[in-house]
Amino acid sequence: MSAIYILWLRQLKRYFRSRSRLIGSLGQPLLFLLALGFGFGPIFQRAGGGNYMEFLAPGIITMSIIFTALFSGIEIVWDRQFGFLKETLVAPVSRLQIMIGRTIGGATVAIFQGCIVFLLTLLVGFRPGGIHLILAAFGFVFLVALLFTALGTAIGSLLQDMQGFSLIMNFIVMPIFFLSGALFPLNNLPKVLSIITRINPLTYGVDGLRGTLGHGATQFGLVSDFLILGVITAILLAIGSYLFSKIQI
Amino acid sequence: MNIIGVKNLTKKFGDFTAVDDISFTVKAGEIFAFLGPNGAGKTTTIKMLTTLLFPTSGEIKLNGASAVDEPDEVRRSFGIVFQDPSLDEELTAYENMEFHGVLYKIPKEIRRQRVKQLLEFTELWERKDELVKNFSGGMKRRLEISRGLLHHPKILFLDEPTLGLDPQTRNHIWSYIKNLNKDEGITIFFTTHYMDEAERVSHRIDIIDYGKIVAEGTAEELKSRTSTLSLEDAFINITGHSIRDEEVGRRDHMRLRRRFWHR
Repeated sequence: MSAIYILWLRQLKRYFRSRSRLIGSLGQPLLFLLALGFGFGPIFQRAGGGNYMEFLAPGIITMSIIFTALFSGIEIVWDRQFGFLKETLVAPVSRLQIMIGRTIGGATVAIFQGCIVFLLTLLVGFRPGGIHLILAAFGFVFLVALLFTALGTAIGSLLQDMQGFSLIMNFIVMPIFFLSGALFPLNNLPKVLSIITRINPLTYGVDGLRGTLGHGATQFGLVSDFLILGVITAILLAIGSYLFSKIQI
Repeated sequence: MNIIGVKNLTKKFGDFTAVDDISFTVKAGEIFAFLGPNGAGKTTTIKMLTTLLFPTSGEIKLNGASAVDEPDEVRRSFGIVFQDPSLDEELTAYENMEFHGVLYKIPKEIRRQRVKQLLEFTELWERKDELVKNFSGGMKRRLEISRGLLHHPKILFLDEPTLGLDPQTRNHIWSYIKNLNKDEGITIFFTTHYMDEAERVSHRIDIIDYGKIVAEGTAEELKSRTSTLSLEDAFINITGHSIRDEEVGRRDHMRLRRRFWHR
């Protein structure tokens, strides 16, 4: 347990110490909120979609969570390059514990980031349904954060350096984000895209968050959102742990 | 009793055989020097011994457990000071020590006490709350060593522990390590480029070259076998080149320079 705690603590310390990263990571969600929210708002309304900010805010909160979570996971690559990874890998602690500590640390950071963006959305006019719903939203936030940190860990365990980073950004992270329903409703999409959105785990995270933070309207139902997300998170945690345990230096 | 037993160990990277069918043993309580020119396979061997790398074939036993099949068991029995940096630069010196102490389950009281003792010993106590990224190369090296000595394992691996440190600090650190060996019976397995160091502190020496072990014995034995007066000369006699020959020198230089830029 103490090993998991100290690894968790390390992630938090690193995060809160790099102010530039903290502030920098707020720029993108803010830009999305302002540009898309106010840019598309009137069109969305006219098309009968209702209040776009209400639709968009949960999507942008999820976006900030998955980006932060993935980066925390992929940080393994930095640790490998700076040599610190060796220090943890030779310690008399099972790699599973190390992976869990890192992952919960990364997820905590991502949740915190999500909370800040949530506050930002309040500033630009988002109004959540109610306090009890915010608590339920935490369940989804937690799963999404865990899932994407585990995915980051899995990817980070496979990478030797940061060369493949833009590849991952453009072919994994961005598609997951854009095809999750974070920015636009998923009904009436072409068949192929529709299938992709259905196998995208983030779709259920966004849907769940929208159902709780927003005003209760979901596409798949909160329970199935939660279950699907939970199962995929468990699978990715297992894959991440396996790949992490196989790291050689 | 043998605390390290290596049998027919081989590591290949593609076509290149880094470690070629080597076998050796280290007795419990011994100070064992593993010498060889750069690229001879020293670090690859240490990586395999410390479970960071899987061997292509062969057997490794540490304290009775197999490094391949029982890595968790093996990890409980050793500590290591790496050749390359392995500190978290975003943490302070104290936090790096604390992290290590918790990871190695050293009880809080002993941990606090030893961290203070070691940081004072390596003259870093005054700057314990500074981020490591602001440290000079020498300070980082001293911190790595302090951290490696924090828990008292059965076996301590030291891969070029004193590279880049001034002679005075080197002596200072070696006397500490020798005391650990004497008082607590910790087995020391180390590599170095400083032949005087190897000659002075080691009980026994293995020399590895091109992935094969080419000589074994005490410093005295190696010298008398080659009819030379210093271990440095014995080394040249055995391997046909100095531990710091032209090519090695250049690579060493690069490494030092890299450390310099990373300060």
